[in-house]
Amino acid sequence: MGDYIVHIVTAIGVGIVFLYGCLGEILTEKSGHLNLGIPGIMCMGAAGGCYGVSVYMGTLSNNAEPSWFLLLFISIILAALFACIGGLIYAFLTVSLRCNQNVTGLAITTFGSGFAEYVMSMVKSNEGTEFAIAKLKFKASLPFAGNLGWFGQIFLSHGFLVYFAIVLAILMWFTLKKTRIGLNLCAVGENPATADAAGINVTAYKYVAILVGSAIVGVGGLFYVMDSNNGSWENASTLLAYGWLAIALVIFAVWKPNFAILGSILFGIFYIAPNAIKGIDLATMKIFKIFPYLITVIVLIFTSVFDSKNAQPPAGLGLTYFREDR
Amino acid sequence: MNNEIAVRFDGITKAFGSKVVANKDVTFDIYKGEILSLLGENGSGKTTLMNMLAGIYYPDKGKIFINGEEAVITSPHDAFRYKIGMIHQHFKLVDVFSAAQNIVLGIKDEKYNIKKASARIGEIAKKYGFIIDPNKKIHEMSVSEKQTVEIIKVLYRGADILVLDEPTAVLTPQEIEKLFVILRNMRRDGKTIIIITHKLNEVMEISDRVAILRKGEYVGTVETSRTSEKALTEMMVGQKIELNIDRSEPKNSEDRLIIKNITYKNREGVLVLDDVSFTARSGEILGVAGISGSGQKELLETIAGLIKPDGGDIIFHNPKKDKPVTLFHKTLKQVKELAVKGCFHYPDGSPVNLSGISDKQIKRLIDEEKIIFNEDEIMDLRNKTPLQIRELGVRLSFVPEDRLGMGLVGNMDIVDNMMLRSYRKGNPIFVDRKKPSDLADKIISELQVVTPSSHTPIRRLSGGNVQKVLVGREISYAPKVLMAAYPVRGLDINSSYAIYNLLTKQKENGAAVIFVGEDLDVLLSLCDRIIVISGGQITGVLDGRTANKEEVGLLMTKHSKEVETND
Ligand SMILES: Nc1ncnc2c1ncn2[C@@H]1O[C@H](COP(=O)(O)OP(=O)(O)OP(=O)(O)O)[C@@H](O)[C@H]1O
Ligand SMILES: [Mg+2]
Repeated sequence: MGDYIVHIVTAIGVGIVFLYGCLGEILTEKSGHLNLGIPGIMCMGAAGGCYGVSVYMGTLSNNAEPSWFLLLFISIILAALFACIGGLIYAFLTVSLRCNQNVTGLAITTFGSGFAEYVMSMVKSNEGTEFAIAKLKFKASLPFAGNLGWFGQIFLSHGFLVYFAIVLAILMWFTLKKTRIGLNLCAVGENPATADAAGINVTAYKYVAILVGSAIVGVGGLFYVMDSNNGSWENASTLLAYGWLAIALVIFAVWKPNFAILGSILFGIFYIAPNAIKGIDLATMKIFKIFPYLITVIVLIFTSVFDSKNAQPPAGLGLTYFREDR
Repeated sequence: MNNEIAVRFDGITKAFGSKVVANKDVTFDIYKGEILSLLGENGSGKTTLMNMLAGIYYPDKGKIFINGEEAVITSPHDAFRYKIGMIHQHFKLVDVFSAAQNIVLGIKDEKYNIKKASARIGEIAKKYGFIIDPNKKIHEMSVSEKQTVEIIKVLYRGADILVLDEPTAVLTPQEIEKLFVILRNMRRDGKTIIIITHKLNEVMEISDRVAILRKGEYVGTVETSRTSEKALTEMMVGQKIELNIDRSEPKNSEDRLIIKNITYKNREGVLVLDDVSFTARSGEILGVAGISGSGQKELLETIAGLIKPDGGDIIFHNPKKDKPVTLFHKTLKQVKELAVKGCFHYPDGSPVNLSGISDKQIKRLIDEEKIIFNEDEIMDLRNKTPLQIRELGVRLSFVPEDRLGMGLVGNMDIVDNMMLRSYRKGNPIFVDRKKPSDLADKIISELQVVTPSSHTPIRRLSGGNVQKVLVGREISYAPKVLMAAYPVRGLDINSSYAIYNLLTKQKENGAAVIFVGEDLDVLLSLCDRIIVISGGQITGVLDGRTANKEEVGLLMTKHSKEVETND
């Protein structure tokens, strides 16, 4: 029993990284832009966040207790800002210059991982103890979580960013479904010419969606380093793998933020399963790694067989829009 | 009607790239509370001019005045502020949204509340006589319902000046009548309406005045009550033209396609084709008259092999008499079987007997075109794939509601779109661009397609010109059976006649032409025989030379089976 709970807690920790990536990408895709730069942007966010941690910790005198609020605030802002650099390049190229989205996205991913390695090589020199202290703050849970047995462990033992992600998902679901901004954004992604003719500022909506989406993804990168990976940064390529899975998760969640919450935890379970289950050989472990992609394909098959209009990508996804073109 | 000016175009010029000048120094006025028809050939710049009013394009030169004041309209949002609303040729609606969501889309100064919006939509509908369900999703709607949503969308924003770009092109005559009632209601309410249509009878019926564009330039405005269809056509084209259809007597007419008792139920289980039988003959144009949606589309698609009928036969008389057999249409085994039945002769007239001849030798004989059919081949098309049917020379030129969705690829140029049809011919690896390119040039000159060159992406052409390219390509392949459904939808009157003449030419070349049309006058002057379809049943077969409009109209609404079973 105890074992299972530990695993579930780990799975949630991993899943939330996917959730951040997925929410950012959903927002971007709702505006009609397929951002394959998400993995790279996640790396940039991680680097920015870590930079923030190290800057803030550097200001403290020896042995001083870091402030929970300031530490999280500064690092989250920097994670978001650094990620937005990637998002801005992507938005400028694909929205304003109308470059091909796939090519641009892949370029951003390459750029982002290199950028992150570079920044981290500067941060890393004094990483060790600083990150070890900072990570405790990130993982700080509600004080009474420990007293509530398995319930407390599964639901209440997480750091702030886990709850933040879930609140974000619910907020996004609500915005898309119930508000005018959400309606306008969906219109932009479905049919930009229509949105434009209806008097919606298509370019502004696209920029904002891409930038906010990138910021969310960036926070995911920070969460990965400080929480899910216990305050250590190995290399960009591990994080890139998370980014790709997050994009698969968008499809699995059929572009719905509320589905993404459950989907992310499921993906998390698949992700840690090979290490959690004892006594399986290497080949079986690799097979587990395929599962998230496999179920995504199955979802795709289901939605197309049942021809569900509610589970389709935005109709304008991947297309460029220019008012005077037709 | 008063003489207050609602819209004034003053020296409007708009060019696309360096080659295309869509509007050149256009100056004219539109009065408040009138219905103005904007008339012009395909590509004369009507849509472009109206798009500038609606803020989609911005003029290169010139000014627009609204209610006497200069208006700078740089975006659709600006257009709303001047109370201008446009219903576009290609609808601008989000498919996955409901009607109400589409209608309130983009409105800034109102709380987002679908319930309240639905109530207001109901009021507008009642005021002008629309029928609409605010909660229905766009993708579940018919074309005319979508159009209703578009019109309500602009009324909801309080538009006083409405522009409708070819609103009738996709509607049935009944729906058009309803639309016109609504337009008159709106005029009574003081709205200014600009309507683009190619159908002159509609121009005469609905409008107060007609403004005419020719090749991007303004020609003049006339009062509808003081002009005639003929005069309008001449203003539009710029010269006196004779528009008549030269109907020749069918020559060597033979049965080409025999349809027997075809029935077809669609996915919803509705009986769309009910025991349909008729014969299409070579060298003849067979008209199909009927209210649109009576099964015409399904009928043609059944013949083309695109849908499988539930019962009945489609017998095709393949004109093979005295023509050599090929291994493309027949397998070696089939050739041997036919030879046993005595279906072939050699070039010298002696009967073909293949027993005792090796396969290799037979193949050589076939390749050398030495094995020749005695008679026309009779085949059942029901068991053939669309590709096989095509190869037999049955061509469907179906002009769908969404031209660019089926038939043409918007991002490719005219030449490449020609190649879509011919890619199977010739060298299997390298493409030959010469022939498609010649064909493209031929279509451009014969049908007077307005385009900078044959290498312009199709989507840049005006609506009518896209149509010409599609129809031109389908006709060009010397088909044995040519089926055309609404081939002149969206075409100006001159091009329409060009198409009619092309169809006549195909008939004179010995093709069996099946023409589905909506304009009864055209059907009656173009077709040799007319079948009338109503509710999926053939209600009558008439001689095109003697039939009259009333007769056809009556058959179009008759349900023969119902009457029979009721007794
Ligand atoms: N966005 C564009 N880019 C390039 N060329 C264009 C564009 N829009 C229109 N044109 C060209 O401008 C000319 C006028 O087109 P427009 O659509 O205004 O014609 P139209 O009068 O509406 O014709 P139709 O009756 O066929 O709809 C055409 O030659 C067309 O190819
Ligand atoms: Mg037009």
